[in-house]
Amino acid sequence: MVKATTCIVHLRVNGDDYAPGVPSHYTLLETLRYVIGLTGSKQGCDKGDCGACTVILDGEPHLSCITPVLAAEGREIRTVEGLAGAGRPHPLQDAFDLNGAAQCGFCTPGILCSAVALLERNDAPTRTEIREALAGNLCRCTGYTKIYDAVESAAEVLRGQSGGGTGNGE
Amino acid sequence: MLRLPPFRYHRPRTIDEAVGLLDRWGSRALPVSGGTDLIPNMKHRLFTPDHLIALKQIPDMRGFRRDGSALVIGGAETLASVARHPEVRRRFPSLAAAAGQVAGPQLRNMGTLGGNICLDTRCTYYNQTEFWRDALGYCLKKDGDVCHVTRVGKKCVAAHSADTPPVLMTLGATIELAGPEGRRDVGLNDFFLADGIWNSRRKPGEIVTRVRIPFPSRDSRAAYTKLRQRRSIDFPLLSVAVSADFQRSGRVCQIMGVVTALGARPRLLTGWARIALGRPLSNEVIEALAERAHRQCHPLENAIVDADWRRAMVPVQVRLALEALRPSAASAS
Ligand SMILES: Cc1cc2nc3c(=O)[nH]c(=O)nc-3n(C[C@H](O)[C@H](O)[C@H](O)COP(=O)(O)OP(=O)(O)OC[C@H]3O[C@@H](n4cnc5c(N)ncnc54)[C@H](O)[C@@H]3O)c2cc1C
Ligand code: SF4
Ligand code: FES
Ligand code: FES
Repeated sequence: MVKATTCIVHLRVNGDDYAPGVPSHYTLLETLRYVIGLTGSKQGCDKGDCGACTVILDGEPHLSCITPVLAAEGREIRTVEGLAGAGRPHPLQDAFDLNGAAQCGFCTPGILCSAVALLERNDAPTRTEIREALAGNLCRCTGYTKIYDAVESAAEVLRGQSGGGTGNGE
Repeated sequence: MLRLPPFRYHRPRTIDEAVGLLDRWGSRALPVSGGTDLIPNMKHRLFTPDHLIALKQIPDMRGFRRDGSALVIGGAETLASVARHPEVRRRFPSLAAAAGQVAGPQLRNMGTLGGNICLDTRCTYYNQTEFWRDALGYCLKKDGDVCHVTRVGKKCVAAHSADTPPVLMTLGATIELAGPEGRRDVGLNDFFLADGIWNSRRKPGEIVTRVRIPFPSRDSRAAYTKLRQRRSIDFPLLSVAVSADFQRSGRVCQIMGVVTALGARPRLLTGWARIALGRPLSNEVIEALAERAHRQCHPLENAIVDADWRRAMVPVQVRLALEALRPSAASAS
């Protein structure tokens, strides 16, 4: 085995640039949590099974626990910390609160990332599309129903905000 | 927390550069694409390469293009892009279905077609942490000298567990391998070997650069079914890919079936032509094909579910796959 070495890695996280020194075998998740200090992304299984570590890389949900940090260099990284706007939670975060979609909360950051990526490419997802988009995120508490409800109601709020709502009569 | 062993990470820009790096470090280097198989395996200390040669950023390994009578897909294209590509969906729906059923959404955004073809075989006694494997006593495939599945044999029977290869076999796909000795094309039907330790003709240091799939004739159909515990995330416990060409009358003029996730290589079912050629795909023919498949498949205790149950599911899954091939009313009996 080679000896560990440290390298400078250039990361763009939630619009901010970082260039920390990191052991070159660290994962993106280890770098976010233990080097940069962004502990929102969770370390669950740490081997690709559960989705707790989901972050958005160039618009698509990825598992940061099995992404070598150097593979994330030069890409647009978004984590749960970057979802809220200035002084306001993201409408999906509000919807999670209003719908009781988080219990212990361990799966929540990963689910928010998967769901935000969905809502950004599809502002009126069907129940099936929501279930498919979240099919890589395990939750041991909620039974998922309230999570799907929250994504649906956030989609409605977002459509209203963009003024493109189809006004389906509520 | 599962830490990775130390390694150096290299990002070549061309296929030749990647092949050169792999050649330079020999057994101390491994290629990595999405890393969705290799990185968990490294966390389990199944592999401890000094050098990882990343392939996904190589422009020449990406893309979809028509080349005469075939579709050519870059080896580093992601499974998500294969599953949603319009031409794949229109001409090769069984491939889109198989790619779309691999793991979960995040893993399909990361994992690649080339990595899927080169997926390491899997076994209950192998895909475990070093601590777990040490506690039981290591096995033949890694660090030990017994097989916990067969107990007596000197052969590893870990299961080929990738979704797209059985489909690519029924579609007559070939892959291009690039290595220090140059490039070569291999038909996927000749690619896999019945050895769980290294189950293909790929030489270490060779990489899958592209996958070439001939466009089927107009009356060709293909289907894929996958058995697993949950409808997402899980590897197949058993999967079946089938393809057939039909005459205008609805009679079968070519048929092929591949079953996988049982042994080290996807199994090409034999004896099907004799049963089905020249006949429509009636219930009776489907039943005979399913029965024929059942006789050939003998799952082992290498997965988390009961082998007898998996065997009993062979004809069920084969029937489902074949029923999906029916050209509507023409062949129904
Ligand atoms: C929770 C979980 C569930 C999964 N479920 C499934 C499933 O249902 N079905 C399924 O098929 N897979 C499944 N996988 C495995 C994996 O995600 C996919 O098989 C994926 O396609 C692997 O591709 P990759 O690019 O990530 O491979 P990598 O991990 O990068 O590589 C896999 C192997 O191939 C080698 N390699 C990679 N690219 C090439 C290349 N171009 N040429 C030569 N060698 C190469 C590597 O050295 C390594 O040995 C699952 C994984 C996880 C973690
Ligand atoms: S089949 Fe036997 S040798 Fe192969 S991985 Fe499983 S226990 Fe090990
Ligand atoms: S912590 Fe990454 S998938 Fe579970
Ligand atoms: S809220 Fe506890 S795991 Fe989802």
